[in-house]
Amino acid sequence: MTHYNVERWTRSGRLTVGAALAGLVVLVLLPAFASGLVIDKLTTLFIYILLAVMWNLLAGYAGLVSVGQQAFFGVGGYLALRLVDAGLPPYLALIAGAAGAGIAAIPISTFALRLKGGEFAIAMWVIAEVLRILVMFDPLVQGETGTSLLALNAYDPELRRNLTYWLGLGGLALMLAGTFWLLRSHIGAAAQAIRDDEDAAASIGIDVMRIKQIIFVLAAFGCALAGTIWLASAITFLPRTNFGVQWTVFMLFMVLVGGLRTFEGPIIGALIFFLLQEVFGNLGVWYLAGLGVVAVGFALYLPAGLWGSWQQRSGLQLLSVNVVLRKSGQSTETP
Amino acid sequence: MLDALIQGILLGGYYAILAAGLSLMFGVVRFINLAHGDLAILGAYLVLFAVEVLGLSPWVAVAATLPIMALIGWLLQATWFARTVKGGFLLPLLTTFGLGAVLQNGMFGLFGSDTKSLGNHIGNLSWASWQLPFGISVGQLPVITFVVAVTVLGTLQLVLSFTRLGRAIRATASDPEAAELSGIDARAVHRAAAAIAVALAGLAGAFLAMRALINPYAGPAQLIFAFEAVVIGGIGSLWGTLIGGIVLGVAQSLGATVSAQGFQLAGHLVFLAVLGVRLYLAHSRNLGGWRSLLPALKPGRKPAARLQHATSEGRS
Repeated sequence: MTHYNVERWTRSGRLTVGAALAGLVVLVLLPAFASGLVIDKLTTLFIYILLAVMWNLLAGYAGLVSVGQQAFFGVGGYLALRLVDAGLPPYLALIAGAAGAGIAAIPISTFALRLKGGEFAIAMWVIAEVLRILVMFDPLVQGETGTSLLALNAYDPELRRNLTYWLGLGGLALMLAGTFWLLRSHIGAAAQAIRDDEDAAASIGIDVMRIKQIIFVLAAFGCALAGTIWLASAITFLPRTNFGVQWTVFMLFMVLVGGLRTFEGPIIGALIFFLLQEVFGNLGVWYLAGLGVVAVGFALYLPAGLWGSWQQRSGLQLLSVNVVLRKSGQSTETP
Repeated sequence: MLDALIQGILLGGYYAILAAGLSLMFGVVRFINLAHGDLAILGAYLVLFAVEVLGLSPWVAVAATLPIMALIGWLLQATWFARTVKGGFLLPLLTTFGLGAVLQNGMFGLFGSDTKSLGNHIGNLSWASWQLPFGISVGQLPVITFVVAVTVLGTLQLVLSFTRLGRAIRATASDPEAAELSGIDARAVHRAAAAIAVALAGLAGAFLAMRALINPYAGPAQLIFAFEAVVIGGIGSLWGTLIGGIVLGVAQSLGATVSAQGFQLAGHLVFLAVLGVRLYLAHSRNLGGWRSLLPALKPGRKPAARLQHATSEGRS
């Protein structure tokens, strides 16, 4: 009988968390030193990272490929607009709007999560379209014309920029920590078991529906939060843009390039996407077509993504969501 | 009201052509092609190119485009789709969604952002109508589209029922391994099915471009409509796509009488309602009791039965 020591925290894991916390402190203080442009760009980067991590949580860890996450991105922004219209202070409304979209995800989940594979993917897309059309019926949104979060103009531009930045940073940090904790909990293990074999997972007593629901609602809230932060930085709300399927294309790209099913991969993917956007964004449609080609190429030839393949080669995990079983100096990963 | 009803039924013909290919791919290759709508738009642009640049007459252009689309389908299946199906249920969704993005932006780059239509190349067909008794008039183009749809589905039915290829397709659809054991090359059958599916998408795209304005980003909406028709009609059923298309067309055309946005909204809601009823029936059968006496919504048996949830059978 061999004995294993179960390790939750590896040395590299502790170091990474320490570095992340240090980085967080630097980022919180950054507006005091950096120019407005840098702050704006970083806010956009936070939104991308948040979206990528949320999509990976759904598709990578729970096996739920949704092409309709723009539903929550859009609904979050819409609810925030409504709440501001009802008299709530703007920044509170942004958070409450995201929470509202998360709550709206609960009834949607009871329906959508009973569908499988491609049906789930397309049903989510249809739900996003239905929500967009319903939102466009609201006179506040003025149909195709859209509207703006004018209440934010009451703030001094620099203060507004910094507040939006801190909202993005805080939201991202909380969601990253929450996702990390969730994936390391029994829920994360159960979700991966469901992804790999739903029937087998159910047979060992996992409440499949409940686990999927938790992941789905958390991912919806994350996407909605990204949507409200986007609203705060863009000010305008255009139904076809905020509910646009391009958000899902971006998420797909970031996750596939960075590495599906790794915690760090989507963050790397978002960084790459952000840099590509900065360098090639002005090339327009050929750049977007190129993104599609790269995403497909990764899916076919490097399905683990950049980080995933590097991890397989080097054996290094910075933030492992798995436990490490250690036996006489050897280490074996187990999900 | 009656007018909207007739228009909706005829619109169903277009959806049937569009959905038949999607349904065939799903039934035979067990593969949901999220770029199906974009391929339809690609077909429309190829026809437009043949008409506007090469100067062909529209119907000749359609006839010339179909083999090209079939070849594209064959090549996609041979080089790409076959590879993704092996990778579990996640990969086909990811890669065809990516293919869609490539097609949309590629078409935008090649053909520009202007909305285009074949309508002004087909003479008075785009607006001419036939007068029926009781003061009802029906557009000639929608009627032609509907007749073509029935012809296409009928031909497909005959091919599936009576030809060697049809038997091979049905055998592969119901059990690829058993089909291979009987000497059928399942991969060749898959390529043939993909060729037919993409050619049908191209045909649908050509009819769309005659009836309406298209732009490079029109594909995703068409994919959604096609998928809705497939689900409403019953997955894997050939004539079901016609029924599904008609139900969708009628819902949309009645919705359009309420408001401009009602066109899409009504179609989506009917689709979600059908999914909801299907889930409820499956759920109540599991529970037993009086609800299990409700008639089951069985998927059609042609071209292949037992195809629902085919994607869930692939494991990653």
